[in-house]
Amino acid sequence: MPPLPASTPISWYLTLSAILFALGVAGFLFRRNVITVFMSIELMLNAVNLSFITFSYKLKQVDGHIFSFFVMVVAAAEAAVGLAMILTVFKNRQTLEIDEISSLKN
Amino acid sequence: MDSILFLIFAAIAVGCAINLVLQTHPISSALSLIGVMGALAALYLLLGGEFIAAAQLIVYAGAIMVLFIFVIMLLNAGAESKIKRSLWPKFLGAPLLLVLLGIIYSVIVRVLPSSEGVTFGAFRQGNALEIGRVLFTSYLLPFEVTSVLILVAILGAIVLAQKEVE
Amino acid sequence: MNFLIISLIKAAVVAFVLLTTLAYLQWIERKVIAHIQLRVGPRRVGPHGLLQPLADVVKLMTKEDMIPSHVNKVFYLLAPFLAVTFALISISVIPFGTEIHIGSFDTAMQLTDINIGVLFILGLSGIGVYGVALAGWASNNKYSLLGGLRSSAQMISYELPMAMAIAAPLLMLNTLSFRELVNAQGGFYLGFIPRWSVFQMPFPQIISFLLFVVAAFAETNRVPFDLPEAENELVAGFHTEYSSMKFAAFFMAEYANMVTVSCVGTLLFLGGWQPLFPEEYGARFLPSLIFAIGGLVSIYHGMNPARPFDRITLPVAGVVFLGIAAIFLIPVVATIILPLFWFAAKVGIILFLYIWVRGTLPRFRYDQLMNFAWTLMFPLAIANLFVTGLLVAVTSK
Repeated sequence: MPPLPASTPISWYLTLSAILFALGVAGFLFRRNVITVFMSIELMLNAVNLSFITFSYKLKQVDGHIFSFFVMVVAAAEAAVGLAMILTVFKNRQTLEIDEISSLKN
Repeated sequence: MDSILFLIFAAIAVGCAINLVLQTHPISSALSLIGVMGALAALYLLLGGEFIAAAQLIVYAGAIMVLFIFVIMLLNAGAESKIKRSLWPKFLGAPLLLVLLGIIYSVIVRVLPSSEGVTFGAFRQGNALEIGRVLFTSYLLPFEVTSVLILVAILGAIVLAQKEVE
Repeated sequence: MNFLIISLIKAAVVAFVLLTTLAYLQWIERKVIAHIQLRVGPRRVGPHGLLQPLADVVKLMTKEDMIPSHVNKVFYLLAPFLAVTFALISISVIPFGTEIHIGSFDTAMQLTDINIGVLFILGLSGIGVYGVALAGWASNNKYSLLGGLRSSAQMISYELPMAMAIAAPLLMLNTLSFRELVNAQGGFYLGFIPRWSVFQMPFPQIISFLLFVVAAFAETNRVPFDLPEAENELVAGFHTEYSSMKFAAFFMAEYANMVTVSCVGTLLFLGGWQPLFPEEYGARFLPSLIFAIGGLVSIYHGMNPARPFDRITLPVAGVVFLGIAAIFLIPVVATIILPLFWFAAKVGIILFLYIWVRGTLPRFRYDQLMNFAWTLMFPLAIANLFVTGLLVAVTSK
């Protein structure tokens, strides 16, 4: 086990952000339940928040925290409207699989 | 000590994210996402963002995810059914993902000097006073615009989820 | 290393005191509600039923612990765990008194003083909703699901007026950490009116205090807002399918939430451990006076008691009270215990208010409850915050 550095390098935080973002994209592409797809989008937004806060630490400015705050606010608004839309789609189609909500295709 | 804490919370975050992608039932995915958000809140604390860590817990983990869980319970969403998939994604996807992450990591390490690290307590401007000061002076316009955005979202959600008026 | 050991000792003491308080809070509640309803309450197990909580704990622990076959096992077991964990963590940022300096060793009577203490408590009460929602859903039972959903909707609806009622005194006191909040409420107006938030100019926070107390009743699912768990409404709501230790976990979580919310109300509005009147009017002797009077009254009534066995218990209680009054007179110990006395007295008043309201008021119907939150309390909280902000902006330099 190599000795851990005294202070965590910033690259580790950014790599963690990249890993979470990649997992969010994987969930978005592979899952078929529309609510889980939505949750993968939230995971991507969280990964981006971590990037913002990390760069705010590196550049010693507080603006990254403000951006992150706005990302959270926009995610909240998007979750509210998106879930209302999911409820409406479910009322009309009785299904939550995105493969079956495809009447606009072709 | 900082590195150990980072590794613990990073492991929790990545573990919960993998769980989110692999679980079939939406409630398990929702609880894994709450785990990710909790671990990220701890990481924000390590980076000196105490207000953002509290906002993450209050807004994301305490309100948005409760909304998700309500919708999942109301719609009685069941576990996803298994379909026949081709085997290409499974055997090609995960290794390619690791290759992509390796490339990203090497690019990050080349750009950022690893001499400067993250120590807990080095960044002291993340408290409520600083954020309030910047939010209400330099970023006042985006702040007001987001309040209009939230109002629009509330109206949209109410209209969409209304019962049909006969 | 020293810091670690002291913190562990403090954590052990706080945990022990909290768990004992939870058990005896239940005893006090049963006795007070009984006396409101003109009966006596538990009196068989130990003198005046004082060992009843012990008997309840033994009963709950030795009951058969069964998991019904139709539940979703993982979430069924996770829900009480989440509820009780997040209810008990909140006590770690509550300060109980001033700093203790004994010789070379000084520490604060608080487990940790974080800069965002108030936000931490708000966040934890938001996450506490999950225990209830998951319990309702995992039980795989119509009544539990309905009770769980109603209860979580009620808790998140009342979080909004509670957060705005908390924000109003924060505008005047200018800090988010609990210790600074209490320190900003020290001192006296005109020499005898304490500068607690409810009395502080430019805007005494009385409306905020009332809003906070009502929202706190709703957050902790207590009467008059306890429709989701009332026994005659939804067959005990979200904890219908739970038995023995898991039910005890929900019970403990409810009382721990009550205690936490009372402590937060005391710290924000009633001035924490700040005394009611200044030192020069004898605030140091008030606790000794109260306990001495209590002891003398107990001994007097012990002479001709209403019930025969009180001939023993009342004089014993009187002697104990006189002993406590004597402890408050020792100088070294008194400086540590006096702030604790004021804090405990104020928290006790709010907890007594909880129990009193439980014995007195009927409960709301669910739509009345939600209407009350969104059409009455929320606009009132916004108006209160607006007026507070306006007055602070106008009167500050």
